[in-house]
Amino acid sequence: MNEYTYPIVFGIVVGTALRVFMLRTDYRQYPTYLHGKIIHLSLGFIAAALGTIAIPSIMEKEFTAVTFLTLAASQFREVRNMERNTLTEMDAYELVPRGNTYIEGIAVAFESRNYLVIFTSFIVTLCYLAFNIWVAIGSAVVCFLLSKVLMSGSKLFDIVTVEHSELSFDGAGLYVDNIYIMNIGLPERQEEIKKYGMGFILTPREFSVRSTIANLGQRQAILHDVSVTMGVFRDSGTPALVPLIKRDLNDGRIGVFILPQEKDPQRAKKIIEHVPVLENAIQMPSKNR
Amino acid sequence: MKMEKAILASVTTQENKVHGSAAVFKCETKEEMEAVAANLEAILDGIAHALSDQLYIIVKH
Repeated sequence: MNEYTYPIVFGIVVGTALRVFMLRTDYRQYPTYLHGKIIHLSLGFIAAALGTIAIPSIMEKEFTAVTFLTLAASQFREVRNMERNTLTEMDAYELVPRGNTYIEGIAVAFESRNYLVIFTSFIVTLCYLAFNIWVAIGSAVVCFLLSKVLMSGSKLFDIVTVEHSELSFDGAGLYVDNIYIMNIGLPERQEEIKKYGMGFILTPREFSVRSTIANLGQRQAILHDVSVTMGVFRDSGTPALVPLIKRDLNDGRIGVFILPQEKDPQRAKKIIEHVPVLENAIQMPSKNR
Repeated sequence: MKMEKAILASVTTQENKVHGSAAVFKCETKEEMEAVAANLEAILDGIAHALSDQLYIIVKH
């Protein structure tokens, strides 16, 4: 036991707790596996330890110890690769895949959460050593709140309006509102689609949003999220029953055609509104001078 | 080059409308054509698209 023991323990505990707090299994169903969770908790613990130990090292004038943080950075980049690989492998067996953009977003989130843990532990330990435990507790609370803000990106209802729209057939062509989706030849397929299918129109709230919702990865994320939460009326080898999103080239609206197991337009609308806006899909043409 | 889409078969009641390398199934009635197209769709894991009332194609997507 020395003067650094309690600050270090405190920093590690707060950091690991933050990782637990950020590791939630939600509708995205990942990570559901106990082992997956253990991997992330252990890495969170390591991140917390690295962030914490930096402060006593600096105080003891052991400046080279800080270079360990660079090691940490490469270590956590590996986390991103790991997540990307796992999810890509699993994606091939999904009835409605997540898509690479969504996967990349998840992988980036996993990496960045470890950095948030490092910063939190760093700041908390610094506050403990520079001031006292109460300031450290205060800073821990601030860090938790900040992480919560940083963790939650915007949702689709921030950028588009979602409206339920009836599906219609013009000959063999399937339409959502006036947006052409696909050609369904067989009458029995058309009946199934009329029975189970639902259509939604997403209208961008402003011009810059158009390219974000036009992004194929963003569209796939919408389809995946709806299919995961509401079920999907399809099986392997039935490409005719695949949910699709097509775009109205004139005004940038997109038409969402989904085939959920339960036909509940209100719920589907809510789910679409709460699909995360993928960071990789965001483009800001209006910031161009 | 990877072929993204291909016509696997065509089903028609008007045989003079279709030629080419994909298999062509000639049918007598519209009902028969729909039944054949439905079967082929299931067998080939493709989608039956209607080009007209006399012609269906099975496309691999």
